[in-house]
Amino acid sequence: METEPATRESAEGARPILEVRDIHVSFAGRLGLGAGLIGRKASLARAVDGVSLELQKGEILALAGESGCGKTTTARAVMGLERPQRGEILYEGEPIWKRLRAYRRKVQMVFQDPTGALNPRQTIYESVAEGLRIHRVHGDERAQVAKALASAGMRPPERFFLNYPHELSGGQRQRVVIAGALVLEPHMIVADEPVSNLDASVRGEILALLMELRQRLGLTILVVTHDLGLAWTIADRVAVMYLGRIVEIGPADEVLQRPKHPYTRALLDVVPEVGGLERPILQGEPPDPTKIPLGCRFHPRCPVVASGRAAELGIETKCRGEDLNLVEDKPGHFAACHLTPIGEQP
Amino acid sequence: MSLLSVRGLHVTYTTQAGAVPAVRGIDIELDRGQVLGLAGESGCGKSTIAGAILRLLPAGTQVSGEVMLEGDDVLGMRARRLRAIRWTEASIVFQGAMHALNPVQRIGEQIAEPIILHGQAGEREAVVRAGALLEQVGLPPRRLKDYPHELSGGQRQRAMIAMALACNPSLIIADEPTTALDVMVQAQVLRLLKELQRDLGLAMIFITHDLSVLVETCDRLAIMYAGRIIEEGPAEVVFHQPAHPYTRALAAAFPEIGDQRFRRNPSGLPGDPPYPADLPSGCTFHPRCPDVFGPCPDVDPRLYDVSPGRRAACLLVEGALAAAGVTAAAPETARSDATAEEEA
Repeated sequence: METEPATRESAEGARPILEVRDIHVSFAGRLGLGAGLIGRKASLARAVDGVSLELQKGEILALAGESGCGKTTTARAVMGLERPQRGEILYEGEPIWKRLRAYRRKVQMVFQDPTGALNPRQTIYESVAEGLRIHRVHGDERAQVAKALASAGMRPPERFFLNYPHELSGGQRQRVVIAGALVLEPHMIVADEPVSNLDASVRGEILALLMELRQRLGLTILVVTHDLGLAWTIADRVAVMYLGRIVEIGPADEVLQRPKHPYTRALLDVVPEVGGLERPILQGEPPDPTKIPLGCRFHPRCPVVASGRAAELGIETKCRGEDLNLVEDKPGHFAACHLTPIGEQP
Repeated sequence: MSLLSVRGLHVTYTTQAGAVPAVRGIDIELDRGQVLGLAGESGCGKSTIAGAILRLLPAGTQVSGEVMLEGDDVLGMRARRLRAIRWTEASIVFQGAMHALNPVQRIGEQIAEPIILHGQAGEREAVVRAGALLEQVGLPPRRLKDYPHELSGGQRQRAMIAMALACNPSLIIADEPTTALDVMVQAQVLRLLKELQRDLGLAMIFITHDLSVLVETCDRLAIMYAGRIIEEGPAEVVFHQPAHPYTRALAAAFPEIGDQRFRRNPSGLPGDPPYPADLPSGCTFHPRCPDVFGPCPDVDPRLYDVSPGRRAACLLVEGALAAAGVTAAAPETARSDATAEEEA
């Protein structure tokens, strides 16, 4: 998939801090013992199947989609935790694999489950200081840990130094995890479902913290989420993934209010609201990345194809037979749908 | 007579660390065919209520109050009678269908089992009924022969719903029935539950932390905090014009896409839900409340009438101060949305 020049450079003409170029990550599918013995090959799951995206400095991008769409694998590849078989990832113009250790200091990950991410036998101080020790950062460790905890909203920080994770609430634990990332003074944070394990009333505070960190420290944030409401609350741009590809990307206001891809439309339709159950719901389960359909990968579930509208518009054969890249609809708003080039809405 | 009537329900767990009051005085009235949503955060006692209604709580738990199901006193009932009403009068759909199904038994046998045990049909007929139930929840009857691991998460939840319907109960308690599911599958299961409820005239108690899910599935909503109901009323009114500051914060956690008030503006509450064994004084919500004023740390509010059929446990509700016997005046600035709305 070629990278569009329009997204290459921001309005200010600055180079993106992160460039993901056509990455592919696949995993060998699981195979039963019997099938293995008779020499059957495991099918390949194409978890990420050609993803390109760019992040400008100080931007919050939400990567959204159902489970199995490849959003977490994309985030892990960005962190250097998965090596793509194809494609490249550039950080400040340089491939991340060249100087992975230095890169991992600048880019920190915040995981979904704060309870699992913290060692239950370590004090809060030890947990936050761990990154400093791994990266052999010099200087006053105590002051750095205190600063990171305070930055993450744990004030006064000294009060929590000797606590253990079980003595804290879920929201506080997530703040400690964020402090563990901040202690290395990163430029970018990759947050995988940062609030989905938290109580509803606590979520807003953690999201507000992420926005404040962007404001105060100029952090760039890639947030992986299944929750489009979260994207509406904090993101500048939204990328929607389906079966290993980005099917729509653009400014959050545009994508969430005037979606160009039928899949984005469908995801928005199931966000619970009054009367929402009367609207169409896609049938079937999230699709299988070992069997990616030919043509547009969404066509077997696409309501535009199913309703016959695609046939009326004369694009049905394309939908069924022609794979397509993202097409620009408005400046900065791209969708991978055969409706877009003919100026139709989903 | 209502189908289910819960009065003054208290549930206290006995733990090594002492007594933990999980539910502290709850009243629920539910008519046939009505759907009640019970919402709140972890530890608020919502799942405990489900367990108390069908007496599924661990031995040694202290339960007091009254639970009447079709006029029968559930809490005082003998074990034999209790077994008879479980499944036939009320059944539960649990959260996490993965763990609620037996992994080494075929789906069909699991659905047929309560039918046979309750003597509603012989073995052969029960299997036929199980097949029909699967069809009713949108699964092909050939799935009867499958084991739980052969089904996807959404299909397992459908099988659980089929099981809950097996003995034609008049009440179904659904405890976080869609929590672990993907958004699209969640919408499918919600629609199924709503359709079944409508077609079969079921009464339902829908328990979840996700307030937005309840608005579209329930007639009435009850919001829980620290073991009590703190607001109740018609679902849409409670969600869109909350009278209690806690409900307002909870509703804001599920922003409506397109609503500019939420755009780039996450809002939440400071602090965390209290631990049931260590509750704050007065109104248990006061340490986190944005509208806290004079008497809140001392006065434990009960539910006050906001409007007909609508109550909230907050001293800011009009007339609440007088009802609580407090002489302080409510601050002008901190008025609940509902009061302002009604005056406007």
